Amino acid sequence: MKTLMSFTAGLALIAGMAAAEEVRVYNWSDYIDEELLEKFEAETGIELIYDVFDSNEVLETKMLAGGSGYDVVVPTGTFLQRQIQAGAFQKLDKSKLSNMGNMWDVIAERTATYDPGNEYSVNYMWGTTGIGVNTGKVAEILGDDAPIGSLALVFDPANMEKLASCGVHFLDAPTELIPAALAYAGMDPDRKDGDALAKAEEVLMAVRPHVQKFHSSEYINALANGDICVAIGWSGDILQARDRAAEAENGVEIAYNAPSEGALMWFDQMAIPEDAPNPEAAHTFLNFIMDAQNMAAASNYVYYANGNKASQEFLVEDVIGDTAIYPDEAALQNLYTVTPFPPREQRALTRMWTKVKSGT
Amino acid sequence: MMRRTFLIALPYIWLLALFLVPFAIVLKISLSDIALARPPYMPQLDLTGGLAAVWDFITQLDFENFVFLTSDDLYWKAYLSSLKIAALSTAITLVVGYPIAYAMARAAKEWRPTLLMLVILPFWTSFLIRVYSWMGILSTEGVLNQFLIGIGAISEPLQILNTQTAVYIGIVYTYLPFMILPIYSALEKLDDSLLEAAEDLGCSRTTAFWLVTLPLSKGGVIAGCFLVFIPTLGEFVIPSLLGGSETLMIGKVLWEEFFSNRDWPVASAVAVILLLILIIPIVLFQRNEQKQREAEG
Repeated sequence: MKTLMSFTAGLALIAGMAAAEEVRVYNWSDYIDEELLEKFEAETGIELIYDVFDSNEVLETKMLAGGSGYDVVVPTGTFLQRQIQAGAFQKLDKSKLSNMGNMWDVIAERTATYDPGNEYSVNYMWGTTGIGVNTGKVAEILGDDAPIGSLALVFDPANMEKLASCGVHFLDAPTELIPAALAYAGMDPDRKDGDALAKAEEVLMAVRPHVQKFHSSEYINALANGDICVAIGWSGDILQARDRAAEAENGVEIAYNAPSEGALMWFDQMAIPEDAPNPEAAHTFLNFIMDAQNMAAASNYVYYANGNKASQEFLVEDVIGDTAIYPDEAALQNLYTVTPFPPREQRALTRMWTKVKSGT
Repeated sequence: MMRRTFLIALPYIWLLALFLVPFAIVLKISLSDIALARPPYMPQLDLTGGLAAVWDFITQLDFENFVFLTSDDLYWKAYLSSLKIAALSTAITLVVGYPIAYAMARAAKEWRPTLLMLVILPFWTSFLIRVYSWMGILSTEGVLNQFLIGIGAISEPLQILNTQTAVYIGIVYTYLPFMILPIYSALEKLDDSLLEAAEDLGCSRTTAFWLVTLPLSKGGVIAGCFLVFIPTLGEFVIPSLLGGSETLMIGKVLWEEFFSNRDWPVASAVAVILLLILIIPIVLFQRNEQKQREAEG
């Protein structure tokens, strides 16, 4: 191993590179402006290895197994909370994060629910879980007064039956779909008891035959191409689908709505694994992203809001002015957050989810 | 002498390191309990504690997870559904693959290497990319539907992607070469004079095929079927990319236990049972191979 390393180091020297230092980042798919990655390498001279995932479960398994080799990962708040308890992360050294002052207290207050004192993580982006529709096709099927701003669109079997032939995707994320089903049933979305799960199951089972697929990333392309009409998905992803369709000029028009019954608000947090090979460079990366202009560039690209107050002056009007991304005071009232499932309830939840997905 | 022992030992070391040790680890985890820790199960084996610690560790293991598997009908339904999908896919692959292998073996000698090459060629592209491209072909706005609508065969696009049909298409496509190759190799060895003799004795061409060709290619057919059946049973990638919410396969259940429930012990128990189910066809396959070798030798 040592010889191999000195060999690589030798090669690096020959190539005239300053250092063979590298940082490995594991982030969600379609979640950054890739120019930022090049900019980071150019500015710091650290080689950046950037991998992507599309489900919290995959990331969590890597974190719990340990030895993932990543220096920076981006779990969602509820998952982060559990992983902190399992000892998967190291505390941030805030003296190395000179851009800490850029962060937005409104968001930091909320993320403290998952990470008390924000000791282990900083917010990358946040968003809502809502409904994306192909406006033309949905109007064609359900008429112009289709309830596209309501959960009734996806949880009322009468609507779903008609939409099925056109294609409906749901996120493969039980911790987000069950709160939505509870909100539709008029219950507290954060309930985890047996009665609540049974109610959520009833709502979901009634519409499951009309769901073409439960998947957490395919719907971006499927919506944009016109392959499907409706998706329960993440705000920015659906807005990306909207833009891809507009760019392709294929006549597909996509709209995103946070449902009127309430929408889940989630937070993706950057954290450093306990066994990160290069925590020093991980802090450098975090600080780079926390730079106001860099963070703004990322948000402008992916259409998600961020937890960086200073970045807001660099956001384009399309992002900061869109209430689907930066909700106004009234819309903010309509958003709810949830807490993680304890292990026993988690098993009941997954079992129910399998039943919803497969009918067994 | 040393060298010979080493040569004989090599495959055993390989088996030990890459099969038995991993299996022992999986078995060990399947007897443990779930915990919120890294890694997420208890107890951990602490060798520094000496024999007492090892004994303490062993007493904490139990069969609870296997008992749990019997308490929920999800698991046996998933095993059964996987067996069904694997069996049906194998049958379809055989029906599609046999004529191809037959045509290849009947082709002019100078053509055969090229035909063989064509069967192997897809392996040069990543398996994942090949399955992914099927999504582009089968989707409602995909190539196939565009074509069918274009020629006027259908007016509404067919929903194939995300259904069981797509899973079968994906499996048959992917595993077809594994069926063709052994059958081809059996048919190629076939002595033509046997067919001539059959025809001399009054067999029609069809009867000669059923009475001579088919029985003599039996070894290839059986080998091909096992090569398709065994990997299909635990298949995960194809159903998750092409299948819809209806597709219930044990590979997916395993994934869910492992990733969604973070329950490594139960996931390991599912894997151990899957292995036990697979051992039966694998042993049958070995026997068949051995018999053939004896017949040839």
